[in-house]
Amino acid sequence: MAATTHTLTIPSSTRFLEDVREFVTSHAEKAEFSESEVEQLKMAVDEACANVIEHAYHGETEQPIDIAVIIQPDRLTVRIRDKGRQFNQVNYQEPDLAKYAKAKKSGGFGVHIMRRLMDEVQYRTTGGVNECCLVKFRN
Amino acid sequence: MSNFSVGFRNSGTVQILDLKGELDAHTASELEAAIQKCQADNQVQIIINGANLLYISSAGLGVFMAYIEEVRECGGDIKIAALQPKVYNVFDLLGFPMLFDIVDLEEDAVGKFVVA
Repeated sequence: MAATTHTLTIPSSTRFLEDVREFVTSHAEKAEFSESEVEQLKMAVDEACANVIEHAYHGETEQPIDIAVIIQPDRLTVRIRDKGRQFNQVNYQEPDLAKYAKAKKSGGFGVHIMRRLMDEVQYRTTGGVNECCLVKFRN
Repeated sequence: MSNFSVGFRNSGTVQILDLKGELDAHTASELEAAIQKCQADNQVQIIINGANLLYISSAGLGVFMAYIEEVRECGGDIKIAALQPKVYNVFDLLGFPMLFDIVDLEEDAVGKFVVA
């Protein structure tokens, strides 16, 4: 199946999240996804990259994060690659807000948001490279 | 360069924080600092006005989660008003309306503090 790929590499600092959102928004709009779908893609990618910065690179700000927007006739995939620490997505649980508030817990919603907004969220690690793929099918 | 800012206003005893721009993992610390400033000033009746808030990620939502109990324990609250629909959708996605007082109009949030 024909695919068009657009790539962006950012350093692992939260200051570049804005650039990632603009990059994904621009290509999702050009691929004629709806306004709400573009918003969902933008947010899911932001969460995925913020997770890489916090959990894979532990706040190191100069490590590379490679982002690719892959457009196919039936879907848009955003692939995010890093070479940081692999973090465990297997133990993911739906967040319990009341418990989080009691515990004054400020994190842990990102994966939930990604899963709610995307049609597919896949993780794999090969040869020291962690990869997260976020998939949105065309309606 | 950050495209997020917090403006401070008062309505009687109520502290209003006007959020502007995009609240993400990079800018969340600015909101956190603003809420800490309210606490330091013993100001625990807080309204977040989101009329000019264009985007929020989980890091921004996390700031509200981290401070709501502390503020309520001091007899106050963080009420959220005037969110744009696409930003409200994010709060709703995580079930925040169950835990937070979210209203359409800032004056309604002010009124709730006055009555309380």
